[in-house]
Amino acid sequence: MSRVKDALVSAVVLLVGRAAPSARPDREPLVEQGSPSPGWEVVVLILLALVAGCAIVFMVLFSFEGLAHQTQYLGLALGAAFVLLAAICIVVANKLIVTEELEEDYPDLEHSAESDDVEQVVVDSGSRFTRGRLVKLAGFGALGTLGLALITPALSLGPAFATQKLKWTPWRRGRRLVDSQGAPLKASDIEAGSFYTAYPEGADRELIGSPIVVVRVPLADLKSRHDWAPQGIVAFSKICTHAGCAISLYRKPTFVPVEPRPALVCPCHYSTFDPADGGKVIFGPAGRALPQLPLAVDAKGYLRAQANFDEPIGPSWWGVRKGKAYTT
Amino acid sequence: MVTLLALAAPAAAADSGKSLYAANCSTCHGSIGEGNGMRGPTLRNVGARAADFYLRTGYMPLEDPGRQPTRSRVLFSEQDVRRLVAYVGSLGHGPVIPHPQPSRGTVSVGQKLFADHCAGCHQIVGEGGYVTGARVPPLEDATDRQVAEAVRIGPYLMPRFSKTQLTDRDLNSLIAYIDYAKHPDDAGGWALGHLGPWPEGMVTWFLAAAALVGLCVVIGKRLPS
Repeated sequence: MSRVKDALVSAVVLLVGRAAPSARPDREPLVEQGSPSPGWEVVVLILLALVAGCAIVFMVLFSFEGLAHQTQYLGLALGAAFVLLAAICIVVANKLIVTEELEEDYPDLEHSAESDDVEQVVVDSGSRFTRGRLVKLAGFGALGTLGLALITPALSLGPAFATQKLKWTPWRRGRRLVDSQGAPLKASDIEAGSFYTAYPEGADRELIGSPIVVVRVPLADLKSRHDWAPQGIVAFSKICTHAGCAISLYRKPTFVPVEPRPALVCPCHYSTFDPADGGKVIFGPAGRALPQLPLAVDAKGYLRAQANFDEPIGPSWWGVRKGKAYTT
Repeated sequence: MVTLLALAAPAAAADSGKSLYAANCSTCHGSIGEGNGMRGPTLRNVGARAADFYLRTGYMPLEDPGRQPTRSRVLFSEQDVRRLVAYVGSLGHGPVIPHPQPSRGTVSVGQKLFADHCAGCHQIVGEGGYVTGARVPPLEDATDRQVAEAVRIGPYLMPRFSKTQLTDRDLNSLIAYIDYAKHPDDAGGWALGHLGPWPEGMVTWFLAAAALVGLCVVIGKRLPS
């Protein structure tokens, strides 16, 4: 029982009691004694109480389910609490903390005897080296090579490294085209004015060389590679040759005479390719044509690849045109 | 007798539609819907579906045949639209007006289909955008029926989607998603392109930065020089 009483008494003293005098009254104060300012202290206490109030409001608001504009109210409560805290900091700093202003001169910038000594120490410490210049050179060489190693990954932009997966695709002669459900595509499934995404049958669809876009262009409009496009059906790699986004837009004129010609468009930077002319770039930042997959129709009417792509697929790099697509 | 009347009604509408057509459409589409060279395509076999879409979106009549049709005020009365639709529908054997039922679709399935087929141009919440050579319309004001029609027609530069690519069931889900995307749950405030609370956050940061600089000036003190 007495322990509880002790606790209560000390709590009350802690809450309302005035601060005890300095722990070491005999010591000379480092900061000048300031005059008490009970008014501002009360202001701080009121503000602190308001902060607590805001926090309670936040908790109460949070407990309501389905309250309209709840997020905003929660934000207001929390924001008000932080604004009040900031106000408290300002009041405490400006009105309650004892402050004094001191100026300090900039130090002299002239050479002092000490810095001369340091130089001397450095030179003298190297007295054991007999081939100092060689060691220095080797040091620079090692650090320079390390620097080169750090920028090597940039070379994967081409032509040297990490281009293999753009050269190897699962397409080869005779491979059937399947849709996203895995069902083989027939030439008769491909309607004019529509566009289709297809994959190689029985191959990994996650490979960057797998997805292709298939569209049907009127035979009369076909400008090149007629033997690659049975019935006017053409297929291109779905990966844009600019930055490797997926070509997911097909621009198709409803009324040909007055509307732009059909085009495959990349949504990232609007590179625009002409499906009727070997995927040539007609607009946008892409630097080379979309790689085309030569198609054929078998006896049962299924679409098959005639061969692999004519070029490496995907984003371009230095010397990409000299490359070739290989079959994995 | 009743069947006779029912059969006669569309025929009569088509009849009065013919004079409306002659007055408003024939310059570009030809006097009997045969088309007119560089001005306008034939309307044979486009069906009531296309007529209903182009007239009710205000895409037609078009001021300048070389321009992209955009959503605008419908210039015909409801009755005249019906007459014109009936007349164009009677030119050949075109498809009829679809009646999608988005309530039978699933929003989540629709979102996936929309992401695969539509979001490239129309953006994931149907805000529209640009494609080289055309503006992509927002889907905010598109009715369920107009969406169903546009998917099959492919107006202007939009590709069309056959029933093998998007079944009627898929279409119901797709429309259910588009309806949802018209009024998504914009947690955090103003819609601003349905991007989420990012725009407000950005604006708040800019305001707060200015306010903080001002506050520093107010509470700070310069040393007397």
